[in-house]
Amino acid sequence: MTITRSKSSSVFVSVLAALVAGMLMLSIASCDDPGADAPAERVLNRGLGSAPDSFDPHKSRSVQAGTVLRDIGEALMTYTVNGELTGGVAEAWSVSDDGLVYTFTLRADARWSNGEPVTAGDFVYALRRLVDPATAAFNGELAAPIEHAAGILDGELEPAELGVRRVDDRRLEIRLAQPTAYFLSVLTHTSTQPIYAPGVERHGDAFVRPGNLVTNGPYRLVHADPASLIVIERNPYYWNSPATAIAEVHYHVLPQPATEYNRFRAGELDITDNVPAESFASIREAYPDELRVAPTLAIYYYGFNVTRPPFEGNRDLRAALSMAIDRDVLVERITGRGEAPAYSFVPPGIPGYEPPIPAFADLTQEERVERARRLYYAAGYSEDNPARIELRYNTSDTHQRIAEAVQLMWREALGVETELINEEFQVLLENIRAGEVTQVFRSAWSGTYPDAHSFLSIQESANPSNLTGFASAEYDALMERAAAQTDPDTRRRFLEEAERVLLAEHPVIPLYYYVSKHLVSPDIEGWHDTVLDYHYSHHLSFR
Amino acid sequence: MLSYTLRRLLAAVPTLFLVVLGAFLLVREAPGGPFDEERVLPPEIEANILAAYHLDEPLHRQFLRYVGSVLTGDFGPSYRYRDYTVGEIIADAFPLSLMLGGLAMLLALAFGIAAGAAAALRPNTVLDRGVMTLSMTGISIPIFVIAPLLVLAFGIALDWLPVGWSGSGGLSRLVLPVVALALPQIAHIARLTRASLIDVLGSDYIRTARAQGLPTSTLLLVHAARPALLPVLSYLGPAIAGVLTGSVVIEQVFGIPGLGQFFVTGALNRDYTLVLGIVVLYAVLIVLLNLAVDILYAALDPRIRLS
Repeated sequence: MTITRSKSSSVFVSVLAALVAGMLMLSIASCDDPGADAPAERVLNRGLGSAPDSFDPHKSRSVQAGTVLRDIGEALMTYTVNGELTGGVAEAWSVSDDGLVYTFTLRADARWSNGEPVTAGDFVYALRRLVDPATAAFNGELAAPIEHAAGILDGELEPAELGVRRVDDRRLEIRLAQPTAYFLSVLTHTSTQPIYAPGVERHGDAFVRPGNLVTNGPYRLVHADPASLIVIERNPYYWNSPATAIAEVHYHVLPQPATEYNRFRAGELDITDNVPAESFASIREAYPDELRVAPTLAIYYYGFNVTRPPFEGNRDLRAALSMAIDRDVLVERITGRGEAPAYSFVPPGIPGYEPPIPAFADLTQEERVERARRLYYAAGYSEDNPARIELRYNTSDTHQRIAEAVQLMWREALGVETELINEEFQVLLENIRAGEVTQVFRSAWSGTYPDAHSFLSIQESANPSNLTGFASAEYDALMERAAAQTDPDTRRRFLEEAERVLLAEHPVIPLYYYVSKHLVSPDIEGWHDTVLDYHYSHHLSFR
Repeated sequence: MLSYTLRRLLAAVPTLFLVVLGAFLLVREAPGGPFDEERVLPPEIEANILAAYHLDEPLHRQFLRYVGSVLTGDFGPSYRYRDYTVGEIIADAFPLSLMLGGLAMLLALAFGIAAGAAAALRPNTVLDRGVMTLSMTGISIPIFVIAPLLVLAFGIALDWLPVGWSGSGGLSRLVLPVVALALPQIAHIARLTRASLIDVLGSDYIRTARAQGLPTSTLLLVHAARPALLPVLSYLGPAIAGVLTGSVVIEQVFGIPGLGQFFVTGALNRDYTLVLGIVVLYAVLIVLLNLAVDILYAALDPRIRLS
């Protein structure tokens, strides 16, 4: 067909006009600022890092969701501003002598954000939902110490059979399958927060949306743009609401530390979630007082696949490779943000636990290399017959630089020929899980609760997160004996002995312990560095 | 034109089906899965989760389930943003990318055509050389350099404009991302306009028109503009599709929750449904915009017939 000239220009003009009008309408529609109607009170602007995955305590598993959930919800137990375990909704608690029965008394003034009281029944509902296979909760294993939890997760028992009982509205009884020394710290986890059952019944999966979500923490959710901005405001019904100084908190989703830093510099953020690695030195100079760096319960390590040659049954080679790495160089020259070199798998800072440090850690690096060489030769390698190994790590500038440094250290100390293989994170994970092509791989672990068990349990032979394939009957037995202990000192001895066994076998090379890194505006009061790196908004205030 | 449009749209159906099938198979073939982390899920918990998302079914059944739900307008739940469906995420992110991309394209068209035309009218002068040098610079400097530089200059050093998206900032927060997004497009369009306008201005019919004493403005707007803009138009189809579906770099630098970011993080997180949903949207856009360009082509060039 032919389009005449007048028609064509009118088509062109109307298309353009429609585009312009559409753009304007869109810009008006999507530019309404959720904070616009905020009271004159100052808003706390916090960087959150990447997007939270869910505000359903059972469907969330990201650190970011945990940060927000700790502000809007409260579990039976919580932490003080200094990171000490304290009662949350629980006002008092007692443990039976055999360590199997926990009885909690709930605060009389614990309230949901709609004013209704928080009762023992709410916890029974939430904990049953946590282990119900239909919920498909990610952290269901946290409930594993509770009686019958494992059978319910397997689908063999009904959720109602869980060892959790409402004595009366204010008293809750939890029966355990076996003594669990760290159980109270498990009860701080967001997965154990109570859930408002009428909300779930009324709204289904949408109970987590702003407007629908009823929570029991110091704040309540008012706006959620999951990839951009989460707004929470003070929950006036919270039992300790008068002590909550900041009325409104904006969590900004900023996955790029460089972007977050720019916003801090521009005065748009009071607290950052992270600090960009590449500008760390200049930040330390420009913001010496704002920069907060503190040890955390997380470890960066290399694992050996001990189910395949060359590392299967080859402890000497594993030990030699571990000793040949100069960790001080890694933390001083590469990561350079105050990380501590690691020689144990459990990071320091866990109350009542002293990680056993292997003897080689006390030697100079020259002496370590000397020992490494002896082990290397004993394993049957030499300059003429060097070990050829593959080191896999996931794509990241830091991982790459560390791998290159380790490659060089291994070559210089032992003559090992290392091939570096850079893989996308999901590819690396799949390869590690398959355990076929991997030899040495980069990994990391952070504690879910501040107890050595949170680290050591993943090295038990049957643990799904045991990535190396390490299987030691002695280790498993020590872990089992530790688990059965109610006496903290005896338990601690078993755990430390287990870690000693682990470190002597060298299935992993601990490299360094992570640090938390934040920029905190000088206007903020109440910020405390803790190994947990939890910073509840209700502990903070403006100067 | 109606029957032409209908025929083109019908032809797009098998194309879209193939795109969905290809994307579905590719994303499933990628190693790893949406729920894999260093913290490996216990088998019974992993089984519960896979069952909840139907990921335990055979692949062909999952594909049929997916196509069936897409046909009813349901793109499924996101595996990473578990409180939201893919439809909801796209409905939030697409208008944002559309607005940013649309404004950037309008800016790029206005400045690009004006600069290109100015250069073409005075070829080989200081003005022409200046425009061409600037546009060459604009094309050569990648957007991930331009955007942070703009932030440093106007957001931090001069403190004129907000550097981030979330929070208060109103319309002013649009300025930096739109300009950053438009700059390379301005450069491309200026170069295209200049080259084709110089070509057209040298053609016989323009010389004839000039000889008849027509004023330059009439010459330019009535006789030269339409043929000169044809190359620009064919560039615009894919460029608009690219810009409207979001620029990952711009979205990351400014922290904008647009489609580009969802697409990339979706791919990295193996958020199958989210990736597929955006692929479908992208495919539909490409098909529609190419069709629109072809129709506008006919409108601008009377020698082209739609048949």
